[in-house]
Amino acid sequence: MQLMEGEKEQIISCVDEVLSNSTKEKEDLIPILQKVQARLGYLPALAMEKIAEGTDVPTVDVYGLATFYNQFRLNPPGDHEVKVCLGTACYMVGGDITLESFERRMEINEGETTSDRRYSLERVACVGCCTMAPVVVVDDEVEGKVTPTRVDGIMLELEGKNGKSGDNNSSNAGQNTGSKDDPTKEVGEQK
Amino acid sequence: MSESDSQAIYEKLYEEAKKKIDAKENKAQVLVGTATCGVSAGALKIKEDFEREIKEKDLDVDVVEVGCIGHCYAEPLAVIAKPGHPAVCYGYLDDGLVHRLVEDFLAGDDPSYEYALAALERNDVFPTFEDFPRGQYEHKLILENCGFIDVRDINNYIARDGYKALSKALEKEPSAVLEEVKAANLRGRGGAGFPAGIKWEACIKSGQDEKYVICNADEGDPGAFMDRSILESDPHLVIEGMILCAYAIGAQKGYLYIRAEYPRAVGHVQEALDQARAKGLLGESIMDTEFSFDLEIFQGSGAFVCGEATALVNSMEGNMGMPESRPPRLASQGFRGKPTVLNNVKTFAYVPYIINRGADWFKEIGTKDNPGTAVFSLVGKVNNTGLVEVPMGTTLRELVFDVGDGLRDNKEFKAVQIGGPSGGCLPESALDVPIDFDSLHEAGAIMGSGGLVVLDENDCMVSVSRYFLEFTQHESCGKCTFCRLGTKHMLDILNGITRGKGDAETLELLKELAEDVRDGSLCNLGKTAPNPVLTTLEYFMDEYKAHIEEGRCPAGVCRELILYYIEPPKCSKLCNVCVGSCPTEAIFTRDDGLKEIDQEKCVKCDNCLKACPPEYNAIVKLSPPVLPPEKEKTAK
Repeated sequence: MQLMEGEKEQIISCVDEVLSNSTKEKEDLIPILQKVQARLGYLPALAMEKIAEGTDVPTVDVYGLATFYNQFRLNPPGDHEVKVCLGTACYMVGGDITLESFERRMEINEGETTSDRRYSLERVACVGCCTMAPVVVVDDEVEGKVTPTRVDGIMLELEGKNGKSGDNNSSNAGQNTGSKDDPTKEVGEQK
Repeated sequence: MSESDSQAIYEKLYEEAKKKIDAKENKAQVLVGTATCGVSAGALKIKEDFEREIKEKDLDVDVVEVGCIGHCYAEPLAVIAKPGHPAVCYGYLDDGLVHRLVEDFLAGDDPSYEYALAALERNDVFPTFEDFPRGQYEHKLILENCGFIDVRDINNYIARDGYKALSKALEKEPSAVLEEVKAANLRGRGGAGFPAGIKWEACIKSGQDEKYVICNADEGDPGAFMDRSILESDPHLVIEGMILCAYAIGAQKGYLYIRAEYPRAVGHVQEALDQARAKGLLGESIMDTEFSFDLEIFQGSGAFVCGEATALVNSMEGNMGMPESRPPRLASQGFRGKPTVLNNVKTFAYVPYIINRGADWFKEIGTKDNPGTAVFSLVGKVNNTGLVEVPMGTTLRELVFDVGDGLRDNKEFKAVQIGGPSGGCLPESALDVPIDFDSLHEAGAIMGSGGLVVLDENDCMVSVSRYFLEFTQHESCGKCTFCRLGTKHMLDILNGITRGKGDAETLELLKELAEDVRDGSLCNLGKTAPNPVLTTLEYFMDEYKAHIEEGRCPAGVCRELILYYIEPPKCSKLCNVCVGSCPTEAIFTRDDGLKEIDQEKCVKCDNCLKACPPEYNAIVKLSPPVLPPEKEKTAK
């Protein structure tokens, strides 16, 4: 993904700061990656290169770690992060259908970010509230029993938060006012 | 330094703590269950509601965050303890109910029993949890405090005899602790059931000075949350267990390896460590003795394979979490090449109880070869999901039908998946297997870390085993060829079967591959990855055959093998719900006013089936995906 303006400087200063507060030993490598990701939201290629340089570890090993562990992400998070739980309980009641609905709406695959960086979509397992399955975490808020209709509702709500309606999704708005889903209706009417 | 010092120090700590806690218990308290599951269900908002309502009425009531109360099906949960009344647990809370409870119970004096789940202590007015079938079977040991103490204040733990075991142990030789744990035959709760005492002893025998204690809290099993709940709800219990282990083996340093996906557990444990240090229970010269031991948190980065001991150590050393061949065992050559004891969260949690109450007491619970209790996260299609603790030897049937109160919506039981991706699916006929390490292993499943998912008639066993295999395939570290390529090939075959592809030979190949992966892999991830496939092949062969031979998914799950169809006689012309529910505009109104699905547009999202009002119930799933003859004429 293309870096945005000023992002390069931000990455370099962030990595420098994290490195200066660490032992730069190999044992510290995962905590370093965790800290950098905590600040930047993801691990850009540039950051991994700088970390490799700073810790004197081959870049390929840093990349190896970043891809080995599920926690690390190589794509920037969107303004709105959607995580769909596919733990056992969620899968059994159609979590994959929910995930697919999001993919269809956002026009990306899981693990990706829309090119305007507005939305990112991830699958996780497990959020730990199996009784509310299928579960979706939208911007750190957990929502339970999410049906594909509710997916449309969530997307409309998020578009409402963006202050403007998304171009690709405006055609769905009319369709959804007919559904029984109250939040959908509300946002639909606000628009 | 005399030997009774630690005892005296403990007495003082206990008195202080008891005083503080008693003072709190003299007034009304609201305990809100705010473990991750509760928070997800809105517990923090419930807590705010309580606080706001209490403030508005100007009442002298403490609102406290506690951990997991265990009755997840009724989240959000709260316990109200008011002097003069038994402590009562309320479930399914919302703002209206909070308002009512504050007004009637806290401000007034009516406990509103019609909304209560159960009382916590025996009384003359309302039944307790023990009076329900679940209570008959449950034996809370390491979950005893979970959900009933304020985790953010160490005094709560101390006032409930916390750290007493440590003070006792410090008076004796380290070998006394080891002997007690060995005598108790405490088996590792991580899943394999290796006796903890033997592990500890091997570590001592290594003869090196520098040793480590590591707690494995890398609970990566999807659908399991026991370790998380314990760390969130009673972190000191695990910490005390680790200190006792360190004392027994003579370690100076320990780590809690906790998944980074568990921020609440990390936060609570960190707080607990700081408080224990401040009280002199951790760090230099614990309880003024010569014994020093400190603990740190290492945040795991989310790799299922890191639950494997050698992989976990590799990951702590800054490498990819790949398992190593053993021997050397960790007990002789572990973290940083030094002898290391690595046990699961629950294993450590039992230790303080064993030291306090003795090995003989421990052995009275459970069965002869599997003493103690088993902790399960009971999820899936049962009525009472939640965190349960039962004595070893309880049967699966009791667990599902009594503790879990049977299946939801009176559906038919199909299988229970036990042990997560490494475990197996057991059918009705295997329900009388007692839960212990050995019996489950014989049945083809494993105890695992304790995830238990109940499946009903609407679950497709092929799809279930495909799901677990997809998980292990994704999590395979790639070291062994069989695990890396074998699981991939197996997954391809299973994907084919869910689309109705394959023949009799396919199933034989699948079985052969499964056995090869099991035999040819180094670590337990690979060795156990085929378990879901092997057990479903054994117990649910008819379902595999239905997919392959008839192109039919009996449970109506595999999407390539079903289609959605609106039965004209049942469809109401006056209703439009399904049209609105369809995300792809596949449902249209025919000239005669009835609805029809355009099969080419349908993505089989199940939305219309859920949306169709129950009084019509007009939408059905057909498998194999063949339209009824009268419909076929009009279909494109």
